[in-house]
Amino acid sequence: MEVRFTRGKSAILERSLTRPKTEVSVSAFALLFSEMVQYCQSRVYSVSELQARLADMGQGVGASLLDVLVMREKNGKRETKVLNILLFIKVNVWKALFGKEADKLEQAILTHSGFPAKVTVHWHKGTTLMIKFDEAVIARDKSLDGR
Amino acid sequence: MTILFPSLAKRHSVTNRGHSNSELFTLTYGALVTQLCKDYENDEEVNKQLDKMGYNIGVRLIEDFLARSSVGRCHDFRETADVIAKVAFKMYLGITPSVTNWSPAGDEFSLILESNPLVDFVELPDNHSNLVYSSLLCGVLRGALEMVQMAVDVRFAQDTLRGDNVTEIRMKFIKRIEENLPAGDE
Repeated sequence: MEVRFTRGKSAILERSLTRPKTEVSVSAFALLFSEMVQYCQSRVYSVSELQARLADMGQGVGASLLDVLVMREKNGKRETKVLNILLFIKVNVWKALFGKEADKLEQAILTHSGFPAKVTVHWHKGTTLMIKFDEAVIARDKSLDGR
Repeated sequence: MTILFPSLAKRHSVTNRGHSNSELFTLTYGALVTQLCKDYENDEEVNKQLDKMGYNIGVRLIEDFLARSSVGRCHDFRETADVIAKVAFKMYLGITPSVTNWSPAGDEFSLILESNPLVDFVELPDNHSNLVYSSLLCGVLRGALEMVQMAVDVRFAQDTLRGDNVTEIRMKFIKRIEENLPAGDE
């Protein structure tokens, strides 16, 4: 979506990025999320299409979240190594999401950090997220280690 | 249809945490509105769809609300207004709108929202000037009240996203819904 500019500068860009003080209840989020899933379900004919649609919605969320979190937690420095980005996700992102089902968010964050990867969800004693990195990423990481 | 994430809850001990930061909520709502704008051709349709989804949420939210708050039956519309503003909004969105502008007949009032977690960092682009971004809220209020036998009309009178200073939701009491017993019940 394009941003509308008022008098040459958007007022929104002036606002600070510190953590908002408002706390929203978990059930509000759960209700919204389940309604979104139902909406997608009514428009698709297969489970994989449903997952794709949800993943699409998650893309935008992940991209925005990445920007905010990196800005806030690390003063704008992004991770370049695989292990570090995974740690970043584990600590910061998960903290921000509070354990919500977030495989689509993780994929978006990984992709936008320069780690193209495929994230899938497996239900097995809890939700496990399998992150499969593109070969290029593994190769790059190896070469970084070699330095 | 309810979606449950029982295993997630066990793994992350989310059970005691009733609140979460509003950012994820804001972003998720934004993703929804974006998706709807792609799926529907014009803003009016998106508004209607948001309202409908809000209604579905409201119908379920009221049960959650009644279970979690110890609020009893409201005796009149004024009490209802107070409960909505001071208890419900606080519980779900972490804000407390003010109740003002009562009509002389006492059947219509306004909720003034100084802040709205749904619209943090949101701007409407020029080609969506008819979009009532927070339409979901109207549906939620309407659906929830219908489940407690009140038919109301809910609409946005002012919207900060469209240039107003505050966001004002106008609520009008239409009528009490009589409980319909299924035929054959004595």
